[in-house]
Amino acid sequence: MTSRLYSFVRALSASGRVGLGFVTFWLLIAIFAPIIAPYSIGEFVDRTVFSGWSNAYWLGTDFLGRDVLSRLMWGARYTVLLALGAAILAVTIGTSLALFAAIRGGWIDEVLSRIMDTLISMPSKILALVLVAAFGSSLTLLLAIAAFTYVPGNFRIARALAMNLIALDFVQVARARGEGTAYIAWREVLPNMIHPLLADMGLRFVFIVLLLSGLSFLGLGVQPPYADLGSLVRENVSGLTEGALAIIAPAIAIATLTVGANLLIDALKPGGKA
Amino acid sequence: MTAPAKDIAVEVRDLDIVLNTPGGSRKVIVEDISFAVPKGEVLALIGESGSGKTTIALALMGYSRFGADITANCLRVGDLHIDRLSQSELPTVRGRRISYIAQSAASAFNPSRTIMSQVIEPLLVHGLADRKTAEEKAVALFSALALPSPETIGSRYPHQVSGGQLQRVMAAMALITEPELVILDEPTTALDVTTQVEVLKTIKSALKQSGATAIYVSHDLAVVAQVADRIVVLKDGHLCEDGAVGKILHDPDSDYTRSLLTAVQPQQRPDAEAAPDNVLTVGSVDAGYGRIKAGKPAIPVLRDVSFSIRRGAALGVIGESGSGKSTLARVIAGLLPATSGEIRLGDTLLAPAMARRTREQLRRVQIVFQHADTALNPSHSVEEILTRPLAFYYGMKGAEARARVDELLDLTRLPKDIVKRRSSELSGGQKQRVNLARALAANPDVLICDEVTSALDTVVAAAVLDLIDNLRRDLGIATIFISHDISTARAFCDDLLVLYAGRLVELASRDRFASETQHPYTRLLVESVPELDTGWLARKSALAPPSLSGQGASSDTLCPFLSRCPVAIGGVCDTLPPPRQEQAGQIVICHREWNQLSIDPLRTGS
Repeated sequence: MTSRLYSFVRALSASGRVGLGFVTFWLLIAIFAPIIAPYSIGEFVDRTVFSGWSNAYWLGTDFLGRDVLSRLMWGARYTVLLALGAAILAVTIGTSLALFAAIRGGWIDEVLSRIMDTLISMPSKILALVLVAAFGSSLTLLLAIAAFTYVPGNFRIARALAMNLIALDFVQVARARGEGTAYIAWREVLPNMIHPLLADMGLRFVFIVLLLSGLSFLGLGVQPPYADLGSLVRENVSGLTEGALAIIAPAIAIATLTVGANLLIDALKPGGKA
Repeated sequence: MTAPAKDIAVEVRDLDIVLNTPGGSRKVIVEDISFAVPKGEVLALIGESGSGKTTIALALMGYSRFGADITANCLRVGDLHIDRLSQSELPTVRGRRISYIAQSAASAFNPSRTIMSQVIEPLLVHGLADRKTAEEKAVALFSALALPSPETIGSRYPHQVSGGQLQRVMAAMALITEPELVILDEPTTALDVTTQVEVLKTIKSALKQSGATAIYVSHDLAVVAQVADRIVVLKDGHLCEDGAVGKILHDPDSDYTRSLLTAVQPQQRPDAEAAPDNVLTVGSVDAGYGRIKAGKPAIPVLRDVSFSIRRGAALGVIGESGSGKSTLARVIAGLLPATSGEIRLGDTLLAPAMARRTREQLRRVQIVFQHADTALNPSHSVEEILTRPLAFYYGMKGAEARARVDELLDLTRLPKDIVKRRSSELSGGQKQRVNLARALAANPDVLICDEVTSALDTVVAAAVLDLIDNLRRDLGIATIFISHDISTARAFCDDLLVLYAGRLVELASRDRFASETQHPYTRLLVESVPELDTGWLARKSALAPPSLSGQGASSDTLCPFLSRCPVAIGGVCDTLPPPRQEQAGQIVICHREWNQLSIDPLRTGS
């Protein structure tokens, strides 16, 4: 296992390794935030607002005098886990439907594809705004919206990949044997498209981070006192004129997370034998 | 080695081609190759895939694939020392003094430009002629290559001419600059036998006319025998034997050449013991692709095909590409439901669509696909591939399944240690054996082999054929052997079925098939197979009727072969559907009287 990991890292380009570094960093922060964050998320620690860095508060304090480092760690936890969950959900649903449509073909394929086309034609951010405005923001709803928005895109890609694969003889052999849709999808087709799908999931992850940050910036995302990276930027926006770390740090966090994930995805070779 | 009086047009001495991998290791592709070609002669490079024959031919143009290093003491074409030319000088030589004819004309042409613009391109690129003279020259070459309507064919696009015609167009493109050396890389391999004869004939005479020296790369000894003056036999990047055609064909020095020669001439297998019961009966089957309207598919492929096969017998299905051979396999397996007609397995009537057949019925009919590369899932190990049918049909698991896998590997003569490997780690022959073992795992009654050997080298193919032959005798499996290779099918099968344009034109036992009584199309097919004899093509040219190409069959009821038939009876063949004639178990669907079928129309006509 370690040697496979090692050879995987070795095969990456320099930019890929940078990307891997950023992604791993944020993933670890997200997972261990409750343990390593010095303060809890809503705790008021100081009377000074927008203080600069100090030994007590490494990244200073925010507009209410809370520890920015702690809030950043918690914010990263919300953003990363929410986006990761939504990306996995979107890819699972999109790919399952795509495999079903591609293997069954005929009217099933036609109906599913047209539904997805309809969904793609709606501007996703506006749709998300309307849904959040209508139902109020909650973590479950955010997760569902983010996933739902990116199902059609994944469906398109997965269906195209599957269509190429099911034309190959080994799928014909499985059909001639009498195998059902589930076996063909799961055992014959899916293993051969897993690498491009992983790359696609990475891309979806980045889009979802940006979508969630955008929603939070508009005040429709994660609600106070909890915060994700987007809401951290929003609530500290008045500190921008002072150049406060409270707004710069979460902005940099969003940038490094998305750029890092993109670099990593680009470094994964098409066909995936990295 | 060569007559000193003739001047040597191409000389190669101590040619090595080595691939330097990024990891720093060196891989020798060819080593120590020396040969010489006198001016105006044709040298053939013969070998199996991976023997380095194409690599050597391309080296003569100063080109190597994958950036391999070419080193030689001498690599000379005329007065040009190819190995001493710089990268900027090579383009002035390529296409002008040395030209290349690739294997697949269909993928070598730009589909969005007309034939003429591509054929005259070498002249224009090298500034040898203006457009007008270039086009005149092209038209002259088109007629020399016996292309239909040479004046206007240039204005067509590559997809508007047939495969054989396109291959000749490519020859025109290669010859238009009057090169000193023409390199032909398997120019007829992708063609049907009947088309191959025409292309061989015209290319040979065009080469003679132009006086160019040629290097002919091929794996097919019989084809090479027709065009080459000398043959160089290659094996694994080494020169195995070099000699005049007659010497190599009749009195080769090396064992390897002898094994190639025996593999070309398939051994006739004895008939299987006749079991009286029919395992599979196909009755008046129609099938096709596209939307089905009023019981007829939009694109009909098979029409009214009937035959039956006995337990342990082998039936050969032969025909050219597009004749519906593979469609027949798919129809029997149920992958493509027949639109009418019936398929019986033993006494039970099979549902046309696979989805409505029982698992037991599916088990009893197994297909082995042509391309083992795509027929094996690249992400499964051999073990997974072989255990799945065992679990699926027999519910076998664990030790029992492993024991059966071992048995199957033994049966197909595969080493046991390959079970953990994936298909990318197997050789071509091994892949095809795994492919076969998977079908055998189901313990089928009927095994459909769809061109199983056409992607394999001759020697490997012969071994796989032997294996299938033994298996069907030992296990009593009825085998449907689909092939475009008539001589193999004839040696291997008890009965032969000839398809033309989706219709059965002849069904005969091997003995009857070998007799003089034949459908005119069967005769054409059989006579188009090149023989290991240097005079074969010349004899054919004398006898052959004027250009017979293209698939006919526009009418539903008339004889499908009408438009190509050299002996069509006016007023009968073009008005009435051909009757089914049967005698001594041989079925021929033709208007000609039985006693006339045994007369070769071409021989008597000349």
